[in-house]
Order: sequence, then C-alpha cells, then structure tokens
Amino acid sequence: MGDADNGGETDDSDDRPSLAEQRGVDGHVYQPAEDSALLAKAAIDDLDSPQHVLEVGTGSGWVAEQVADETTARVVGSDLNPHACRQARERGIDTVRADLLAPFAADSFDAILFNPPYLPTEPDNEWDDWMEHALSGGTDGRRLIVPFLDDVGRVLTTDGAVYLLVSSLTGYEIVVDIAEDAGFETTEITQESYPFEVLSVLRLTA
Amino acid sequence: MVMKESLMDILCCPVDKHDLELTVDTKDDEEIIEGTLTCTECGEAYPIEDGIPNLLPPDMRDEAAA
Repeated sequence: MGDADNGGETDDSDDRPSLAEQRGVDGHVYQPAEDSALLAKAAIDDLDSPQHVLEVGTGSGWVAEQVADETTARVVGSDLNPHACRQARERGIDTVRADLLAPFAADSFDAILFNPPYLPTEPDNEWDDWMEHALSGGTDGRRLIVPFLDDVGRVLTTDGAVYLLVSSLTGYEIVVDIAEDAGFETTEITQESYPFEVLSVLRLTA
Repeated sequence: MVMKESLMDILCCPVDKHDLELTVDTKDDEEIIEGTLTCTECGEAYPIEDGIPNLLPPDMRDEAAA
C-alpha cells in the first residue's frame, strides 16, 4: 500500500474518500502493490529451504505465488474474503477461508507471511465492503496485527520465522513492542520509503 | 490446484483445535472439490466448496456470508 495518492486530503470532512478511493483501487480483492513486492522479495531472500509456508490474508494470492515459484516450499494461503480465496486458488495456491490462524494446527509452518490491513481508519468509515476490510487496520491500524501476534507462535515451528509487513502509518515501534511482548525477537530485514509512509518487513523468531 | 488430502495435516477445528475428519463428495484426481471437514471433538461441520475449505468459525461463517 505504498502508493498513497490521496494528495494530502487527510481532513475528516464528511466527503472524505473511502480507503479504496484514497488508494485508487476497486473491486473486491486487494491487488499486488509495492508492499506485496517488498514482502515477497524479503521473505524469499531470507528463507532457507522452507518446507511449509503460510500466507495469512493472501488476497489475490500473488505473494504466495512468488514464494511457491521461488522456493520448493509447500505454500498455503488463507483469507477471510471469499473473493480473495477464489483468486488465490486460480493462481494455483492451496487456499483456506479462515479467520487469521484459527484453523491451522500447532507447529505446522516454518514460515508465515502477513501483509495486514493497516490503514488507520475512522470508525464510521469502514466495513462497507470487502476492499475496505482488506485495507482498514481499525482506528489504530493494528486491528488484526494484535490477534495475529497472539496466535502465530502456536502455528509456527520452533525454529520458524514470521515475516510481517509494517507501515510507519501503523506505528512501527508499537508493533515491535507488541511482537516482543508476544515473545518474539524482531529483526527489520528490509525498509523502503514512499511519499506517505515507510514500509518495513519484520522477521520474528521465537 | 485445489484442496488436497495432504492439507489435512496442517488443518484443525478453528474453535477447539482438534483434528478434522474429511468426507469427500466430489474429487478430481487427488484434489477435493466438494466435501466436508468435521471436527472429531465438537462435531462442527465445515464445508469444502469449489476446492476451498471454509474454516471460518460458525459465528463468523454466518456473519460473513458472501
């Protein structure tokens, strides 16, 4: 979501554009953008012969597909959005409709990727449709990051790694603190600056 | 590529995390197109439709119908 093209229209007036309008996207499924490419490249460069990889919130399935193409891992994608599940499946990704990590068994994946919805959002300016769901991180931008970090240690193998895309809009230091409170060591493995945000990929290990 | 039996190893009931039992209705080679995953503990049944298992917890499944 690096292409923040809202032209500085950050006021809270009633005609505030929807998140989707701000980001110049439409349809039901978030399509690959700068953040997707950053996450895919960082994970692929960092991974060492993973066996089982999960992408949570796979959306179009593009990141999962890159990992499947570039590694020998078995890659699974999950998403809440049924339209996303269908798109990911069409890309050849084994896809599960799921609430974050809920239906995945303990110690199942040695790498778990997540590019969460992270745009901070006014409470009355979301949940209109699937695209809003794919973009909105709730009022603090961390709506799904917190429950994800609460549960990911269960599903990750002992020596596995989580690759989490974090935007400065979400509060980088706060996300690092939450991850450390959840018992992870954090390493920033890549960072890119864009006009309205800085995107990082955090590697979390137990 | 759709839902395969090998996926069973990494899936569990989203509510109580127990194992799931697979019932296959329609298969295409080794790929499961239609079927049901049933929790061996609580008995909740999760549908597989068009090759995609819907493992949302029951309360979210109804809420997020689309």
